[in-house]
Amino acid sequence: MEVVLFWVFAILSVGGGVMVVLHRNPMNSAISLVVTMLCLAGLYVLLMGAFIAVIQVLVYAGAVMVLMLFVIMMLTLREDALQREGQPAVWVLAGIVGFLVVLRLARLFPSTPAALPATPDFGSIEAVGSQLFSHYLLPFELTSVLLLIAIVGAVILAKRTTP
Amino acid sequence: MIPISSYLVLSAVLFVIGALGVLIRRNALIMLMSLELMLNAVNLSFVAYARLLNDVGGQVFVFFNITVAAAEAAVGLAILLTIYHRTKTTVNVDDLHLMQR
Repeated sequence: MEVVLFWVFAILSVGGGVMVVLHRNPMNSAISLVVTMLCLAGLYVLLMGAFIAVIQVLVYAGAVMVLMLFVIMMLTLREDALQREGQPAVWVLAGIVGFLVVLRLARLFPSTPAALPATPDFGSIEAVGSQLFSHYLLPFELTSVLLLIAIVGAVILAKRTTP
Repeated sequence: MIPISSYLVLSAVLFVIGALGVLIRRNALIMLMSLELMLNAVNLSFVAYARLLNDVGGQVFVFFNITVAAAEAAVGLAILLTIYHRTKTTVNVDDLHLMQR
């Protein structure tokens, strides 16, 4: 069961990723990206990261992608402005180079055995939360500062200034 | 039982796809989406290593990474909107020369 789910999620996520890069229309790319993110959430569940999977669906597939879709709609790109990018030869070459890079990287990874049996609460909200509020408390607080800066920056940048 | 290294290889594949998208595509929106793809690939390897080492710290890092990615998307898209309003026509990064004036 786990093997089947892994392969389904893996193939769907790689297919979604390829569609993100290849599609001419940004709207189709965004939808493919949602597929990839949902599949990654499924893979997180297989890796016993249930809390992270929920966060992935809520924040990435929900919030970030809605933001992207809104921007795509605001840009109102015309169909003729979306010309095809990159010659086919470039794409083929890029595919070959990417394949070689992946092969080289795959040799770096240790031929790890399957993971050790995890503790029953591994990856639960309690486990992640207690780490977050004890060992990683300072980064967690700094995250709030980062989000505040991002909000202020985004509002100021997107405010329409009449030159 | 799936070995953890297959998750790592999948993560490498997704990262390379995202990197190629950033390098080849010239539409700024799709470049941003490829960046998100690369961040997601890194998140996958974090979660895989967290499972391998039985350490929840990797998942905490993914939590931070998602936050940073959300902030990056917000600011990046705001910059993109500003560029589009200034140029009125395009988000193609080859056509942008506002800084040259």
